[in-house]
This record gives sequence, C-alpha cells and structure tokens, in this order.
Amino acid sequence: MGLSAFKRALWVFHVATGSCNGCDIEIVAALTPRYDVERFGIRLVGTPRHADVLLVTGPVTRMMAERLKRIYEQTPDPKAVVVVGGCGSTSGVFYESYNVVGPVDRIIPVDVYVPGCPPRPEAIIDGVVKAVAKLEKLGAKV
Amino acid sequence: MKEKRAQDPNDPVLPAVEERELVYGGLEAGLGEVFEVPIGPIHPALKEPIRLTFKVRGERIVGVQVRTGFAHRGIEFMGMRQGRNLIQILYLSERICGICSISHPIAFTQAVERAAGIEVPPRAQYIRVIISELERIHSHLLWAGVAAHELGFDTLLHLTWRVREKVLDILEELTGNRINYAIPIFGGVRRDITPDQYPKVREALRYYRGLLNELLDAFLRDPTVEARTRGVGILEPKEAEELCAVGPTARASGLRKDVRQDRPYLAYPDFEVKAITPEDYGLTPMGDVYDKIVVRLLEVGQSIEIIEKALDNMPDGEITSFPKIPALLAHLKKAEGEGLGWHEAPRGEVIHYVRLVSGEESPLVWKVKAPTYSNLMSWYPMFEDQEVADIPIIAACIDPCICCMDRVYLVRDGKEEILTKEELLRLSWEKTRRMAR
Repeated sequence: MGLSAFKRALWVFHVATGSCNGCDIEIVAALTPRYDVERFGIRLVGTPRHADVLLVTGPVTRMMAERLKRIYEQTPDPKAVVVVGGCGSTSGVFYESYNVVGPVDRIIPVDVYVPGCPPRPEAIIDGVVKAVAKLEKLGAKV
Repeated sequence: MKEKRAQDPNDPVLPAVEERELVYGGLEAGLGEVFEVPIGPIHPALKEPIRLTFKVRGERIVGVQVRTGFAHRGIEFMGMRQGRNLIQILYLSERICGICSISHPIAFTQAVERAAGIEVPPRAQYIRVIISELERIHSHLLWAGVAAHELGFDTLLHLTWRVREKVLDILEELTGNRINYAIPIFGGVRRDITPDQYPKVREALRYYRGLLNELLDAFLRDPTVEARTRGVGILEPKEAEELCAVGPTARASGLRKDVRQDRPYLAYPDFEVKAITPEDYGLTPMGDVYDKIVVRLLEVGQSIEIIEKALDNMPDGEITSFPKIPALLAHLKKAEGEGLGWHEAPRGEVIHYVRLVSGEESPLVWKVKAPTYSNLMSWYPMFEDQEVADIPIIAACIDPCICCMDRVYLVRDGKEEILTKEELLRLSWEKTRRMAR
C-alpha cells in the first residue's frame, strides 16, 4: 500500500508492560531524524485517549496486566494494537517466569505482531503501517 | 446570604488569612495544605512503568514515594530454577536491560569465568572493552536526548538522536544487531573485529570527536538548558556517599568513583581510566542536573579515547578459549565454586554473583545488582523542595533504568504527615462549608 492510505495523521500511544527498554528505544529511534515517521503524521501522544494505535512492548507482568486492559479500554474506537518485540508476541525468554502473565494477546486483542529482539525501526514502522490498513477497514464499516 | 450565615453562632467563620490564600493560591484550598500528585505507572515522561507519588505544597515538592515492581520479570529466578544451561542464561542476562545490553552479560560472564576458572584471551578482553565503550557512547547520547526532551527542547533531542545512529551502525557492523549484541560468551567473545572493520570504527570515532565540542556547546552554553538545570535536583557529595550513588550520578557530585578505576577488570588496567567529575571541565561540582550533563558528555570523549587506544594496541590471537560450545558446556557443568563479576555500565556499577555446583547446568545462586538500584535512593534528596515542573528532568537525571532494578518496594514518608481519613473528611466538610456560603 502506498502513502495514499494515510488519510489522516496517525497518533500512537506507547505502553511498556515490563519490557527491557530495547524495543522502547527503537520506537523512539523510529521517531527521530534517521527514520522520522513524524513526517507522515505518526506521532507519540501522552495519553491513550488521543491514540489510534497502541504500541505494546514487553511480556506483560502481573502488575501491568490490569493496567494494560484499562489502557485498551480508554483508547477510543476504531483502534489497532501493535505488539513490538518477541517477548510481547510470544513471551520470548520470559516464558517460564512466575510474574509474566502475557503474551499480550492473552490480555487484549492484537492486530499486528512485530517480532524481533528488538525489531529494527523499519520493522516497527511497517507494523504501524499494517495497523493503518486495519483502521481503514474499520473506518469504512462505520 | 453570606452575611446572614456569618451571623450564625454555630457556623465557624474561616479566618481572613485563609480567604486570601484561597484567592492567591489559585487552588481550591489554602496554600498550607499538602496534596498528593500521583504519577504513573504509565505516563508520558518516562517510558518505563514506575509510580511516583509526590506530596506537594503549592508548587513545591515536600515528599516523594517511589513504588516499583511493575517491570519485575523474575529473571534471577528463571536462571536458578534448573531449566536452562548457562549459555541460555547468558541470553537471559542480556535481556535484563536493552540499553545496557552488554553490561549485564560482561558482569555475568566474568562471574561465571571466575567461578569456573576460565581464562579469557587478551584479544577477547579488548573486544569486550571496545563494545562496552561503544555502548557507553550510545547510552549517554540517548540520555542527553531524553534530558533535552524532558526540558522541552525537542530540537536538541532530535540532534543527539540523529548523531547517535552512527554508533548504532558501528555496533551493528561489529556485532550484527543494533541493540542486544550477544558479544561475550564464557571464555571469550562470539565475533572478532576483522581488519576491514577497523577503519569504519575509526571513522565513526573521528565523527564523534569532531562533534563533541559542538554537543558540549549546544548543551552547556545554552541559556535555556542552564536556566532549567543549574541548581535543580542537587545531590550533595555527602548524600551521594551516604546513599551509595554510583556512576555518573555520584561523579556529578564530585565523588571520584568508577569501577574501571577502582577495581580494573578485563583489559581496563591498560587504559588507566580516571573517573570524570565536573572539575575536569573547570567547574566546581554542585551535583545538580547540569553537572550530570557535563559528566556524561565528557565520558563520551573518554570512551572515544579508550576505543582508539584499544584499536591501536589490539593484541592478536584467539578470541575464545572454548571454540566448541559442547566442550564449554561440559566444562561449566563440572565447575564448582562462586564468582563475582563487575562492570561500569553507563549508569554505574553492575555486579553479578554466581554460585555453581558440579553436576548442575544452571547456577545454584545468581544475584544481580543493577546501577539504578543504587541510584534510586538519591531521588529523595534531589526531589526535596523542587518545583512540580522539574519532576521529569530530575527523574530522568539519574538515567533510571527501571527494567534493570525492578525488585524492590521503597517507601519513605516525608516530614509531612499522611492525610488520614478523618483529615480528608474534615477537608471535605470545610470545602462544602466554604462553597455553601
């Protein structure tokens, strides 16, 4: 899909659910000049209530599960959830931890998985673009 | 109606002073009262989940409570539960933190090597030093950008993150990944630095050397940055010593404390690293946020020097004493003993303790001490009597890495009393009365 699919600016909220910071800094790297997604109108916002897309990193610890659910509910529809990183997609190396209740799709519905430990900024951008396709489809239905 | 009520003898009249405070304070209640401002665990300032509850009187912070544990993943437990071998645990140790993703493996491999009596070839030691100093450059530039962002100076954030990409390219060239390098392995390193990579690393170092003065100017000569960071979040040298601050947080307060200087390990004795304090920049250490910027930027220069020296004096030879993994695993399974490994991560000292028992693949005990664990306590004196608007930069100035340290629950009540239920009720009644009048 080309850039014509960007009918509006896409606002993204980033939730860290116990991640190791690797994916989180790659998300910020995607926003800064080398990759610069802000030129497409994709930007990080400070509250889920303004967001179209949730970027979730981390394997979801026991304490964060309830809060992740709450953030998902606070995000207005239509929304898309992108899981960034291996541990959010499959629990990864943390699969046998007593304090990990994830992966993310056990807690909230997920639309796009971006595997990698951590995924490169290009992969994260690709994941967000795939989420756009889903939002477009939802938008057409309404 | 007001006059009529005031005449009622049963209704207490609020003193005139309080009325005045009500107007000038701009708050619903008087200035003298303490409010709680909860921040987190999910908040836009810091990316990682942590909850800070501030007690504020007007704009001034009078106390803070830190609630951690949101990012606790039970990594030490997973390492000790006898399901994984040490190489698998090495990968786990790398995922303690994505920013210090070589500091933890270096400390862990050293601990295991001491416990199992494994020698590391000199070339491997040099490669470990080079990668960890490259990581320091990337981490300090990352922090500088985040600090600029917390001040609301986004141009500087974008500038530092743009120049930071260069060191990530070099790390990718040398190790195969931008983050999580997986370079150390027990007895050596996983990848050699080939002759054609030397010029690329040197070129990047030249780039940063030329840029460093520009960066120092951009941060330290900028009136906005100075106004927002000078005298903010002060950590006195005595407090830093008492609270066992480590890394740049301690060095910014004037303590010459650096694991590379105090207990040299790997190839660090060859480089004679000296701890950097603001004195090296001609400043008297105050321990404020400005000094922390000074120390971190100067350390970028120090890392460049160390890497250049390491590239010049790189010894030849093997890169690992165990080229075959099955032989390494067999040796580790037989090994018995305990070992301590340490490393000066970008944020301070990392310590890993390992106890191996013969016949078991995983360690019996694995204990990790991350730098933020030591530095978190220094938040308390730093936050005292600061403004609410300074919370993000003070929180960021120790370069907190919550994912590294998440295991504790700290509570310290400030000098103020916590509002009890009765007091809250009383406040509520008073407010109702005021509004009814």
